[in-house]
Amino acid sequence: MPKEMLEPVIVVEDLDFYYGKEQALRGVSLSIPRNKVTAIIGPSGCGKSTFLKTLNRLHELIPGARVKGRVLFNGRDILSREVDPVELRRRIGMVFQKPNPFPKSVFENVAFGLRVNGDVSNLKEKVEQALRRAALWDEVKDKLQRSAFDLSGGQQQRLCIARALAVEPEVLLMDEPCSALDPIATAKIEDLILELKEDYTVIIVTHNMQQAARVSDYTAVFLTGGVMVEFAETKKIFENPANKMVEDYITGKFG
Amino acid sequence: MRLRRLTQAAAFAFLTLAMAAVLLALGTILYYILARGAGAISWEFLTSFPRRGMTAGGIFPAIVGTFYLAVGTLIFSLPLGICAAIYLVEYAPQGRAVRLIRMAVNNLAGVPSIVFGLFGLAFFVRLLGLGVSILSGSLTLAFLVLPTIIRASEEALRAVPQEFREGALALGATRWQMIRRVVLPAGLPGVLTGAILALGRAAGETAPIIFTAAVFSARLPNSPLSPVMALPYHLFVMATESIFYEETRPIQYGTAIVLLGLVLALDLVAILVRARLRRGRRW
Repeated sequence: MPKEMLEPVIVVEDLDFYYGKEQALRGVSLSIPRNKVTAIIGPSGCGKSTFLKTLNRLHELIPGARVKGRVLFNGRDILSREVDPVELRRRIGMVFQKPNPFPKSVFENVAFGLRVNGDVSNLKEKVEQALRRAALWDEVKDKLQRSAFDLSGGQQQRLCIARALAVEPEVLLMDEPCSALDPIATAKIEDLILELKEDYTVIIVTHNMQQAARVSDYTAVFLTGGVMVEFAETKKIFENPANKMVEDYITGKFG
Repeated sequence: MRLRRLTQAAAFAFLTLAMAAVLLALGTILYYILARGAGAISWEFLTSFPRRGMTAGGIFPAIVGTFYLAVGTLIFSLPLGICAAIYLVEYAPQGRAVRLIRMAVNNLAGVPSIVFGLFGLAFFVRLLGLGVSILSGSLTLAFLVLPTIIRASEEALRAVPQEFREGALALGATRWQMIRRVVLPAGLPGVLTGAILALGRAAGETAPIIFTAAVFSARLPNSPLSPVMALPYHLFVMATESIFYEETRPIQYGTAIVLLGLVLALDLVAILVRARLRRGRRW
Protein backbone atom coordinates (compact mmCIF):
# COMPACT_ATOMS: atom_id res chain seq x y z
CA MET A 1 0.00 0.00 0.00
CA PRO A 2 1.54 3.36 -0.95
CA LYS A 3 2.30 5.26 2.21
CA GLU A 4 1.55 8.79 1.13
CA MET A 5 -1.88 7.85 -0.18
CA LEU A 6 -4.74 10.15 0.61
CA GLU A 7 -8.15 9.16 1.81
CA PRO A 8 -9.28 6.14 -0.24
CA VAL A 9 -12.67 6.15 -1.95
CA ILE A 10 -12.89 2.38 -2.31
CA VAL A 11 -11.32 -0.12 0.04
CA VAL A 12 -11.36 -3.75 -1.01
CA GLU A 13 -10.76 -6.27 1.76
CA ASP A 14 -9.91 -9.89 1.17
CA LEU A 15 -12.05 -10.35 -1.91
CA ASP A 16 -12.62 -13.86 -3.25
CA PHE A 17 -14.60 -14.44 -6.42
CA TYR A 18 -15.95 -17.70 -7.81
CA TYR A 19 -17.48 -18.60 -11.15
CA GLY A 20 -19.24 -21.73 -9.96
CA LYS A 21 -16.40 -23.80 -8.56
CA GLU A 22 -13.66 -21.93 -10.33
CA GLN A 23 -11.99 -19.26 -8.26
CA ALA A 24 -11.26 -16.08 -10.23
CA LEU A 25 -10.00 -13.81 -7.45
CA ARG A 26 -8.05 -14.83 -4.35
CA GLY A 27 -7.90 -12.60 -1.32
CA VAL A 28 -7.58 -9.30 -3.14
CA SER A 29 -7.08 -6.29 -0.86
CA LEU A 30 -6.67 -2.86 -2.35
CA SER A 31 -7.37 0.79 -1.57
CA ILE A 32 -8.32 3.08 -4.45
CA PRO A 33 -7.26 6.69 -3.89
CA ARG A 34 -9.77 9.46 -4.56
CA ASN A 35 -9.40 11.67 -7.65
CA LYS A 36 -6.56 9.60 -9.06
CA VAL A 37 -6.28 7.23 -11.94
CA THR A 38 -5.64 3.68 -10.83
CA ALA A 39 -4.65 1.16 -13.49
CA ILE A 40 -5.18 -2.54 -13.14
CA ILE A 41 -2.89 -4.58 -15.33
CA GLY A 42 -2.13 -8.25 -15.74
CA PRO A 43 -2.13 -11.08 -18.23
CA SER A 44 -5.34 -12.44 -19.79
CA GLY A 45 -7.45 -14.41 -17.36
CA CYS A 46 -5.92 -12.87 -14.24
CA GLY A 47 -9.32 -11.66 -13.06
CA LYS A 48 -8.83 -7.94 -13.62
CA SER A 49 -12.13 -7.45 -15.46
CA THR A 50 -13.89 -9.62 -12.90
CA PHE A 51 -12.46 -7.42 -10.17
CA LEU A 52 -13.78 -4.30 -11.88
CA LYS A 53 -17.26 -5.79 -12.22
CA THR A 54 -17.55 -6.45 -8.49
CA LEU A 55 -17.00 -2.74 -7.82
CA ASN A 56 -20.44 -1.87 -9.24
CA ARG A 57 -21.92 -5.33 -8.69
CA LEU A 58 -22.36 -5.95 -12.39
CA HIS A 59 -21.02 -9.44 -11.69
CA GLU A 60 -24.51 -10.25 -10.45
CA LEU A 61 -25.57 -10.65 -14.08
CA ILE A 62 -23.28 -13.65 -14.46
CA PRO A 63 -25.00 -16.90 -13.51
CA GLY A 64 -23.10 -18.75 -10.81
CA ALA A 65 -20.94 -15.80 -9.76
CA ARG A 66 -20.22 -15.56 -6.01
CA VAL A 67 -18.15 -13.14 -3.97
CA LYS A 68 -16.70 -13.19 -0.49
CA GLY A 69 -15.03 -10.31 1.29
CA ARG A 70 -15.79 -6.63 1.58
CA VAL A 71 -15.80 -3.70 -0.80
CA LEU A 72 -16.12 -0.45 1.13
CA PHE A 73 -17.26 2.54 -0.90
CA ASN A 74 -17.04 5.67 1.23
CA GLY A 75 -16.93 3.36 4.22
CA ARG A 76 -20.01 1.30 3.34
CA ASP A 77 -19.87 -2.34 2.27
CA ILE A 78 -21.47 -2.37 -1.16
CA LEU A 79 -21.60 -6.15 -1.32
CA SER A 80 -24.06 -6.22 1.57
CA ARG A 81 -27.69 -6.93 0.80
CA GLU A 82 -28.84 -3.59 2.16
CA VAL A 83 -27.10 -1.71 -0.61
CA ASP A 84 -29.27 -1.22 -3.68
CA PRO A 85 -27.17 -2.00 -6.77
CA VAL A 86 -29.28 0.41 -8.82
CA GLU A 87 -28.34 3.31 -6.54
CA LEU A 88 -24.73 2.11 -6.39
CA ARG A 89 -24.32 2.04 -10.16
CA ARG A 90 -25.45 5.62 -10.42
CA ARG A 91 -22.52 6.61 -8.23
CA ILE A 92 -20.00 4.21 -9.78
CA GLY A 93 -20.23 4.49 -13.56
CA MET A 94 -18.75 2.12 -16.08
CA VAL A 95 -17.35 2.16 -19.61
CA PHE A 96 -16.96 -1.16 -21.42
CA GLN A 97 -14.43 -2.83 -23.71
CA LYS A 98 -16.46 -2.42 -26.83
CA PRO A 99 -18.32 0.87 -27.27
CA ASN A 100 -21.94 -0.04 -26.50
CA PRO A 101 -24.16 2.92 -27.30
CA PHE A 102 -27.88 2.19 -27.26
CA PRO A 103 -29.71 2.07 -30.60
CA LYS A 104 -30.98 5.58 -29.97
CA SER A 105 -29.95 9.09 -30.94
CA VAL A 106 -26.77 10.69 -29.62
CA PHE A 107 -28.87 12.90 -27.38
CA GLU A 108 -30.98 10.06 -25.98
CA ASN A 109 -27.89 8.01 -25.22
CA VAL A 110 -26.55 10.73 -22.95
CA ALA A 111 -29.99 11.51 -21.53
CA PHE A 112 -30.67 7.84 -20.72
CA GLY A 113 -29.10 7.81 -17.26
CA LEU A 114 -30.81 11.07 -16.35
CA ARG A 115 -34.18 9.83 -17.54
CA VAL A 116 -34.06 6.54 -15.65
CA ASN A 117 -33.09 8.46 -12.54
CA GLY A 118 -36.03 10.80 -13.01
CA ASP A 119 -33.66 13.74 -13.33
CA VAL A 120 -35.16 15.43 -16.39
CA SER A 121 -35.00 19.13 -15.54
CA ASN A 122 -32.61 21.09 -17.77
CA LEU A 123 -32.03 17.94 -19.77
CA LYS A 124 -30.49 19.78 -22.71
CA GLU A 125 -27.97 21.63 -20.57
CA LYS A 126 -26.97 18.48 -18.75
CA VAL A 127 -26.52 16.52 -21.95
CA GLU A 128 -24.41 19.29 -23.42
CA GLN A 129 -22.30 19.51 -20.29
CA ALA A 130 -21.67 15.75 -20.27
CA LEU A 131 -20.72 15.80 -23.95
CA ARG A 132 -18.36 18.70 -23.33
CA ARG A 133 -16.69 16.92 -20.45
CA ALA A 134 -16.21 13.88 -22.67
CA ALA A 135 -14.60 16.16 -25.30
CA LEU A 136 -17.24 15.20 -27.83
CA TRP A 137 -19.52 18.24 -27.98
CA ASP A 138 -17.85 20.02 -30.88
CA GLU A 139 -17.97 16.88 -33.01
CA VAL A 140 -21.61 15.98 -32.38
CA LYS A 141 -23.42 19.24 -31.57
CA ASP A 142 -24.96 19.29 -35.07
CA LYS A 143 -26.00 15.65 -35.05
CA LEU A 144 -27.57 15.14 -31.66
CA GLN A 145 -30.65 13.57 -33.24
CA ARG A 146 -28.66 11.21 -35.44
CA SER A 147 -28.24 7.59 -34.48
CA ALA A 148 -25.33 6.93 -32.15
CA PHE A 149 -24.22 4.27 -34.63
CA ASP A 150 -23.42 7.01 -37.14
CA LEU A 151 -20.43 8.00 -35.00
CA SER A 152 -16.97 6.50 -35.41
CA GLY A 153 -15.78 3.88 -32.94
CA GLY A 154 -13.73 6.40 -30.97
CA GLN A 155 -16.62 8.85 -30.88
CA GLN A 156 -18.95 6.09 -29.75
CA GLN A 157 -16.63 5.29 -26.86
CA ARG A 158 -16.47 8.96 -25.84
CA LEU A 159 -20.27 9.00 -26.12
CA CYS A 160 -20.36 6.11 -23.67
CA ILE A 161 -18.08 8.08 -21.36
CA ALA A 162 -20.38 11.12 -21.68
CA ARG A 163 -23.35 8.87 -20.94
CA ALA A 164 -21.66 7.65 -17.78
CA LEU A 165 -20.63 11.19 -16.72
CA ALA A 166 -24.13 12.59 -17.22
CA VAL A 167 -25.38 11.00 -13.99
CA GLU A 168 -22.43 12.52 -12.13
CA PRO A 169 -20.82 9.47 -10.61
CA GLU A 170 -17.96 9.67 -8.14
CA VAL A 171 -16.05 6.80 -9.64
CA LEU A 172 -15.63 5.79 -13.28
CA LEU A 173 -14.74 2.19 -14.03
CA MET A 174 -13.16 1.58 -17.42
CA ASP A 175 -12.78 -1.96 -18.71
CA GLU A 176 -10.11 -1.85 -21.44
CA PRO A 177 -11.86 1.14 -23.00
CA CYS A 178 -9.44 1.40 -25.92
CA SER A 179 -9.11 -2.23 -26.90
CA ALA A 180 -11.42 -1.79 -29.90
CA LEU A 181 -9.99 1.58 -31.00
CA ASP A 182 -7.25 2.77 -33.34
CA PRO A 183 -4.20 4.67 -31.97
CA ILE A 184 -5.60 8.15 -32.67
CA ALA A 185 -8.92 7.44 -30.98
CA THR A 186 -6.98 5.82 -28.14
CA ALA A 187 -4.86 8.94 -27.65
CA LYS A 188 -8.02 11.05 -27.39
CA ILE A 189 -9.47 8.79 -24.72
CA GLU A 190 -6.21 8.83 -22.80
CA ASP A 191 -6.12 12.65 -22.85
CA LEU A 192 -9.66 12.61 -21.61
CA ILE A 193 -8.84 10.28 -18.73
CA LEU A 194 -6.13 12.67 -17.56
CA GLU A 195 -8.68 15.50 -17.52
CA LEU A 196 -11.33 13.45 -15.79
CA LYS A 197 -9.28 12.76 -12.69
CA GLU A 198 -9.76 16.38 -11.65
CA ASP A 199 -13.34 15.51 -10.77
CA TYR A 200 -13.56 11.75 -10.69
CA THR A 201 -11.78 8.70 -9.45
CA VAL A 202 -10.90 6.56 -12.46
CA ILE A 203 -10.15 2.86 -12.32
CA ILE A 204 -8.97 1.51 -15.64
CA VAL A 205 -8.34 -2.09 -16.55
CA THR A 206 -5.89 -2.42 -19.40
CA HIS A 207 -3.66 -5.05 -20.91
CA ASN A 208 -1.59 -2.35 -22.52
CA MET A 209 1.26 -1.55 -20.14
CA GLN A 210 2.27 1.60 -21.98
CA GLN A 211 -1.25 2.86 -21.51
CA ALA A 212 -1.12 2.19 -17.79
CA ALA A 213 2.19 4.02 -17.61
CA ARG A 214 0.83 6.98 -19.56
CA VAL A 215 -2.45 7.60 -17.79
CA SER A 216 -2.32 6.22 -14.27
CA ASP A 217 -1.07 7.47 -10.94
CA TYR A 218 -1.26 4.10 -9.24
CA THR A 219 -1.05 0.63 -10.66
CA ALA A 220 -2.18 -2.72 -9.33
CA VAL A 221 -0.74 -5.84 -10.93
CA PHE A 222 -2.83 -9.00 -11.02
CA LEU A 223 -1.29 -12.29 -12.00
CA THR A 224 -2.72 -15.60 -13.14
CA GLY A 225 -4.95 -17.21 -10.57
CA GLY A 226 -6.58 -13.96 -9.54
CA VAL A 227 -3.98 -12.71 -7.09
CA MET A 228 -3.08 -9.06 -6.75
CA VAL A 229 0.68 -9.17 -6.31
CA GLU A 230 1.69 -5.53 -6.17
CA PHE A 231 0.03 -2.17 -5.80
CA ALA A 232 2.06 1.03 -5.81
CA GLU A 233 2.58 4.30 -7.58
CA THR A 234 2.75 3.66 -11.29
CA LYS A 235 6.27 5.06 -11.48
CA LYS A 236 7.50 2.62 -8.90
CA ILE A 237 5.78 -0.36 -10.53
CA PHE A 238 7.40 0.35 -13.87
CA GLU A 239 10.84 1.45 -12.64
CA ASN A 240 11.44 -0.53 -9.55
CA PRO A 241 8.85 -3.22 -8.80
CA ALA A 242 9.23 -5.01 -5.50
CA ASN A 243 7.97 -8.32 -6.79
CA LYS A 244 10.13 -10.40 -9.12
CA MET A 245 7.12 -11.75 -11.02
CA VAL A 246 5.84 -8.22 -11.59
CA GLU A 247 9.25 -7.28 -12.98
CA ASP A 248 9.16 -10.28 -15.33
CA TYR A 249 5.66 -9.34 -16.45
CA ILE A 250 6.51 -5.67 -16.97
CA THR A 251 9.63 -6.48 -18.94
CA GLY A 252 7.68 -8.83 -21.15
CA LYS A 253 9.10 -12.15 -19.99
CA PHE A 254 5.53 -13.47 -19.96
CA GLY A 255 2.20 -11.99 -20.79
CA MET B 1 -8.56 -32.51 -56.69
CA ARG B 2 -10.94 -33.02 -59.60
CA LEU B 3 -13.08 -35.22 -57.44
CA ARG B 4 -13.42 -32.54 -54.79
CA ARG B 5 -14.52 -30.03 -57.42
CA LEU B 6 -17.01 -32.52 -58.80
CA THR B 7 -18.40 -33.25 -55.36
CA GLN B 8 -18.86 -29.56 -54.78
CA ALA B 9 -20.54 -29.06 -58.13
CA ALA B 10 -22.88 -31.95 -57.41
CA ALA B 11 -23.71 -30.66 -53.95
CA PHE B 12 -24.49 -27.17 -55.20
CA ALA B 13 -26.52 -28.56 -58.08
CA PHE B 14 -28.53 -30.53 -55.55
CA LEU B 15 -29.11 -27.45 -53.37
CA THR B 16 -30.24 -25.46 -56.39
CA LEU B 17 -32.56 -28.27 -57.39
CA ALA B 18 -34.09 -28.43 -53.92
CA MET B 19 -34.75 -24.69 -54.01
CA ALA B 20 -36.24 -24.96 -57.48
CA ALA B 21 -38.57 -27.73 -56.30
CA VAL B 22 -39.82 -25.53 -53.48
CA LEU B 23 -40.44 -22.63 -55.84
CA LEU B 24 -42.12 -24.94 -58.31
CA ALA B 25 -44.52 -26.26 -55.67
CA LEU B 26 -45.38 -22.76 -54.54
CA GLY B 27 -45.78 -21.57 -58.12
CA THR B 28 -48.00 -24.49 -59.04
CA ILE B 29 -50.32 -23.89 -56.12
CA LEU B 30 -50.58 -20.20 -56.86
CA TYR B 31 -51.08 -20.76 -60.56
CA TYR B 32 -53.71 -23.42 -60.00
CA ILE B 33 -55.71 -21.27 -57.63
CA LEU B 34 -55.33 -18.07 -59.62
CA ALA B 35 -56.18 -19.69 -62.92
CA ARG B 36 -59.38 -21.16 -61.59
CA GLY B 37 -60.48 -18.43 -59.27
CA ALA B 38 -59.47 -15.22 -60.98
CA GLY B 39 -62.68 -15.20 -63.00
CA ALA B 40 -64.76 -15.15 -59.85
CA ILE B 41 -63.05 -12.09 -58.44
CA SER B 42 -64.96 -8.91 -58.97
CA TRP B 43 -65.88 -5.87 -56.97
CA GLU B 44 -69.27 -7.40 -56.37
CA PHE B 45 -67.71 -10.67 -55.16
CA LEU B 46 -65.72 -8.78 -52.55
CA THR B 47 -68.41 -6.42 -51.35
CA SER B 48 -71.76 -8.17 -51.53
CA PHE B 49 -73.55 -10.81 -49.53
CA PRO B 50 -74.03 -14.38 -50.77
CA ARG B 51 -77.21 -15.00 -52.66
CA ARG B 52 -79.29 -18.02 -53.65
CA GLY B 53 -78.01 -20.38 -50.99
CA MET B 54 -74.37 -19.38 -51.48
CA THR B 55 -74.31 -20.28 -55.17
CA ALA B 56 -74.05 -16.68 -56.25
CA GLY B 57 -73.19 -13.28 -54.95
CA GLY B 58 -70.19 -12.36 -52.86
CA ILE B 59 -68.31 -13.30 -49.73
CA PHE B 60 -68.19 -9.96 -47.96
CA PRO B 61 -69.35 -11.29 -44.54
CA ALA B 62 -66.65 -13.97 -44.60
CA ILE B 63 -63.94 -11.39 -45.32
CA VAL B 64 -65.16 -9.25 -42.46
CA GLY B 65 -65.37 -12.28 -40.14
CA THR B 66 -61.87 -13.48 -40.88
CA PHE B 67 -60.52 -9.98 -40.44
CA TYR B 68 -62.15 -9.67 -37.02
CA LEU B 69 -60.96 -13.11 -35.97
CA ALA B 70 -57.37 -12.40 -37.01
CA VAL B 71 -57.25 -9.04 -35.29
CA GLY B 72 -58.99 -10.42 -32.19
CA THR B 73 -56.47 -13.22 -32.02
CA LEU B 74 -53.58 -10.78 -32.04
CA ILE B 75 -55.19 -8.58 -29.39
CA PHE B 76 -55.23 -11.53 -27.00
CA SER B 77 -52.09 -13.39 -27.98
CA LEU B 78 -49.58 -10.63 -28.67
CA PRO B 79 -49.48 -8.96 -25.23
CA LEU B 80 -49.64 -12.32 -23.46
CA GLY B 81 -46.97 -13.88 -25.65
CA ILE B 82 -44.61 -10.93 -25.39
CA CYS B 83 -44.98 -10.82 -21.62
CA ALA B 84 -44.32 -14.55 -21.36
CA ALA B 85 -41.22 -14.18 -23.53
CA ILE B 86 -39.93 -11.29 -21.43
CA TYR B 87 -40.45 -13.39 -18.33
CA LEU B 88 -38.56 -16.31 -19.82
CA VAL B 89 -35.64 -14.32 -21.21
CA GLU B 90 -35.17 -11.44 -18.82
CA TYR B 91 -36.66 -12.37 -15.51
CA ALA B 92 -36.90 -16.07 -14.78
CA PRO B 93 -33.83 -17.63 -13.18
CA GLN B 94 -32.38 -19.74 -15.98
CA GLY B 95 -32.61 -23.34 -14.94
CA ARG B 96 -34.88 -26.31 -14.74
CA ALA B 97 -38.10 -24.34 -14.30
CA VAL B 98 -37.53 -22.30 -17.45
CA ARG B 99 -36.59 -25.41 -19.42
CA LEU B 100 -39.81 -27.00 -18.26
CA ILE B 101 -41.90 -24.00 -19.25
CA ARG B 102 -40.23 -23.89 -22.63
CA MET B 103 -40.96 -27.58 -23.12
CA ALA B 104 -44.61 -26.99 -22.25
CA VAL B 105 -44.81 -24.14 -24.75
CA ASN B 106 -43.26 -26.30 -27.45
CA ASN B 107 -45.73 -29.05 -26.68
CA LEU B 108 -48.55 -26.58 -27.02
CA ALA B 109 -47.27 -25.89 -30.54
CA GLY B 110 -47.55 -29.60 -31.33
CA VAL B 111 -51.19 -29.95 -30.32
CA PRO B 112 -53.40 -30.54 -33.40
CA SER B 113 -55.60 -27.59 -34.18
CA ILE B 114 -58.83 -29.58 -33.95
CA VAL B 115 -57.99 -30.21 -30.29
CA PHE B 116 -57.82 -26.47 -29.77
CA GLY B 117 -61.21 -26.27 -31.41
CA LEU B 118 -62.72 -28.80 -29.03
CA PHE B 119 -61.08 -27.11 -26.07
CA GLY B 120 -62.52 -23.78 -27.21
CA LEU B 121 -65.96 -25.32 -27.52
CA ALA B 122 -65.83 -26.83 -24.05
CA PHE B 123 -64.17 -23.91 -22.29
CA PHE B 124 -65.05 -20.62 -23.97
CA VAL B 125 -68.32 -21.49 -25.73
CA ARG B 126 -69.87 -23.63 -23.01
CA LEU B 127 -68.20 -23.16 -19.65
CA LEU B 128 -67.66 -19.40 -19.90
CA GLY B 129 -70.90 -19.08 -21.85
CA LEU B 130 -69.39 -16.92 -24.60
CA GLY B 131 -71.30 -18.87 -27.22
CA VAL B 132 -70.24 -19.36 -30.82
CA SER B 133 -68.74 -15.92 -31.33
CA ILE B 134 -65.84 -13.82 -32.51
CA LEU B 135 -64.70 -13.68 -28.90
CA SER B 136 -64.64 -17.47 -28.42
CA GLY B 137 -62.93 -17.97 -31.76
CA SER B 138 -60.31 -15.29 -31.14
CA LEU B 139 -59.48 -16.68 -27.72
CA THR B 140 -59.18 -20.21 -29.11
CA LEU B 141 -56.97 -19.05 -31.97
CA ALA B 142 -54.94 -16.99 -29.50
CA PHE B 143 -54.01 -20.18 -27.65
CA LEU B 144 -53.11 -21.79 -30.94
CA VAL B 145 -50.69 -19.05 -32.00
CA LEU B 146 -49.30 -18.34 -28.54
CA PRO B 147 -46.30 -20.69 -28.93
CA THR B 148 -45.39 -19.05 -32.25
CA ILE B 149 -45.43 -15.62 -30.69
CA ILE B 150 -43.59 -16.69 -27.54
CA ARG B 151 -40.84 -18.42 -29.48
CA ALA B 152 -40.36 -15.60 -31.97
CA SER B 153 -40.34 -13.02 -29.17
CA GLU B 154 -37.92 -15.08 -27.11
CA GLU B 155 -35.53 -15.32 -30.03
CA ALA B 156 -35.87 -11.61 -30.70
CA LEU B 157 -35.10 -10.72 -27.09
CA ARG B 158 -32.19 -13.13 -26.93
CA ALA B 159 -30.74 -11.51 -30.05
CA VAL B 160 -30.53 -8.15 -28.27
CA PRO B 161 -26.83 -7.77 -27.41
CA GLN B 162 -25.95 -8.32 -23.77
CA GLU B 163 -23.88 -5.11 -23.96
CA PHE B 164 -27.09 -3.07 -24.17
CA ARG B 165 -28.30 -4.59 -20.92
CA GLU B 166 -24.98 -4.05 -19.15
CA GLY B 167 -24.86 -0.48 -20.42
CA ALA B 168 -28.33 0.29 -19.12
CA LEU B 169 -27.80 -1.30 -15.72
CA ALA B 170 -24.41 0.38 -15.34
CA LEU B 171 -26.20 3.73 -15.64
CA GLY B 172 -28.42 2.99 -12.69
CA ALA B 173 -31.45 1.70 -14.57
CA THR B 174 -33.63 -0.85 -12.83
CA ARG B 175 -34.12 -4.11 -14.64
CA TRP B 176 -37.59 -3.05 -15.67
CA GLN B 177 -36.32 0.27 -17.05
CA MET B 178 -33.66 -1.66 -18.93
CA ILE B 179 -36.32 -3.97 -20.42
CA ARG B 180 -38.76 -1.17 -21.26
CA ARG B 181 -36.36 1.38 -22.64
CA VAL B 182 -33.62 -0.69 -24.25
CA VAL B 183 -34.37 -4.39 -24.69
CA LEU B 184 -37.97 -4.17 -25.92
CA PRO B 185 -37.43 -1.43 -28.52
CA ALA B 186 -34.38 -3.28 -29.81
CA GLY B 187 -36.23 -6.58 -29.99
CA LEU B 188 -39.50 -5.27 -31.43
CA PRO B 189 -38.79 -6.07 -35.11
CA GLY B 190 -38.25 -9.72 -34.22
CA VAL B 191 -41.39 -9.76 -32.11
CA LEU B 192 -43.33 -8.46 -35.10
CA THR B 193 -42.01 -11.36 -37.16
CA GLY B 194 -43.79 -13.61 -34.69
CA ALA B 195 -46.93 -11.55 -35.03
CA ILE B 196 -46.78 -11.90 -38.82
CA LEU B 197 -46.56 -15.66 -38.60
CA ALA B 198 -49.36 -15.75 -36.05
CA LEU B 199 -51.59 -13.58 -38.21
CA GLY B 200 -51.22 -15.91 -41.16
CA ARG B 201 -52.13 -18.91 -39.08
CA ALA B 202 -55.04 -17.23 -37.33
CA ALA B 203 -56.61 -16.19 -40.63
CA GLY B 204 -56.08 -19.54 -42.30
CA GLU B 205 -56.95 -22.06 -39.59
CA THR B 206 -60.28 -23.81 -39.96
CA ALA B 207 -60.52 -26.47 -37.27
CA PRO B 208 -60.31 -24.16 -34.23
CA ILE B 209 -63.18 -21.98 -35.43
CA ILE B 210 -65.56 -24.70 -36.64
CA PHE B 211 -67.09 -25.06 -33.19
CA THR B 212 -66.22 -21.73 -31.68
CA ALA B 213 -66.84 -18.88 -34.09
CA ALA B 214 -67.76 -19.73 -37.64
CA VAL B 215 -71.19 -20.35 -39.06
CA PHE B 216 -72.28 -21.15 -42.60
CA SER B 217 -74.36 -18.07 -43.04
CA ALA B 218 -74.56 -14.90 -41.02
CA ARG B 219 -75.19 -11.22 -41.16
CA LEU B 220 -72.35 -8.87 -40.37
CA PRO B 221 -71.43 -9.19 -36.70
CA ASN B 222 -72.68 -6.42 -34.46
CA SER B 223 -70.75 -7.36 -31.33
CA PRO B 224 -67.80 -9.53 -30.25
CA LEU B 225 -70.38 -12.07 -29.17
CA SER B 226 -71.79 -12.50 -32.69
CA PRO B 227 -70.97 -15.58 -34.72
CA VAL B 228 -69.36 -14.83 -38.08
CA MET B 229 -68.71 -16.26 -41.48
CA ALA B 230 -65.04 -16.89 -42.12
CA LEU B 231 -63.10 -17.47 -45.32
CA PRO B 232 -61.45 -20.81 -44.52
CA TYR B 233 -64.65 -22.23 -43.07
CA HIS B 234 -66.66 -20.96 -46.02
CA LEU B 235 -64.21 -22.64 -48.36
CA PHE B 236 -64.38 -25.86 -46.37
CA VAL B 237 -68.16 -25.98 -46.36
CA MET B 238 -68.51 -25.05 -50.03
CA ALA B 239 -66.04 -27.70 -51.07
CA THR B 240 -67.25 -30.55 -48.90
CA GLU B 241 -70.78 -30.08 -47.70
CA SER B 242 -72.56 -27.94 -50.24
CA ILE B 243 -74.78 -29.87 -52.59
CA PHE B 244 -73.74 -27.44 -55.30
CA TYR B 245 -70.06 -28.07 -54.91
CA GLU B 246 -69.53 -28.41 -58.67
CA GLU B 247 -71.30 -25.18 -59.62
CA THR B 248 -69.59 -23.21 -56.90
CA ARG B 249 -66.02 -24.18 -57.89
CA PRO B 250 -65.22 -20.65 -59.12
CA ILE B 251 -66.55 -19.24 -55.86
CA GLN B 252 -64.38 -21.67 -53.91
CA TYR B 253 -61.22 -20.73 -55.78
CA GLY B 254 -62.16 -17.09 -55.58
CA THR B 255 -62.50 -17.46 -51.82
CA ALA B 256 -59.07 -19.06 -51.67
CA ILE B 257 -57.57 -16.14 -53.57
CA VAL B 258 -59.22 -13.66 -51.23
CA LEU B 259 -57.95 -15.59 -48.18
CA LEU B 260 -54.42 -15.56 -49.56
CA GLY B 261 -54.75 -11.89 -50.41
CA LEU B 262 -56.05 -10.99 -46.97
CA VAL B 263 -53.22 -12.81 -45.23
CA LEU B 264 -50.69 -11.15 -47.52
CA ALA B 265 -52.24 -7.74 -46.89
CA LEU B 266 -52.15 -8.21 -43.12
CA ASP B 267 -48.56 -9.43 -43.39
CA LEU B 268 -47.64 -6.47 -45.53
CA VAL B 269 -48.75 -4.05 -42.83
CA ALA B 270 -46.61 -5.84 -40.24
CA ILE B 271 -43.67 -6.06 -42.64
CA LEU B 272 -43.84 -2.33 -43.31
CA VAL B 273 -43.96 -1.56 -39.60
CA ARG B 274 -41.01 -3.89 -39.03
CA ALA B 275 -39.00 -2.32 -41.83
CA ARG B 276 -39.60 1.09 -40.29
CA LEU B 277 -38.44 -0.11 -36.89
CA ARG B 278 -35.39 -1.77 -38.37
CA ARG B 279 -34.17 1.39 -40.03
CA GLY B 280 -30.98 2.53 -38.38
CA ARG B 281 -30.43 -0.85 -36.75
CA ARG B 282 -26.73 -1.69 -36.84
CA TRP B 283 -25.55 -4.19 -34.36
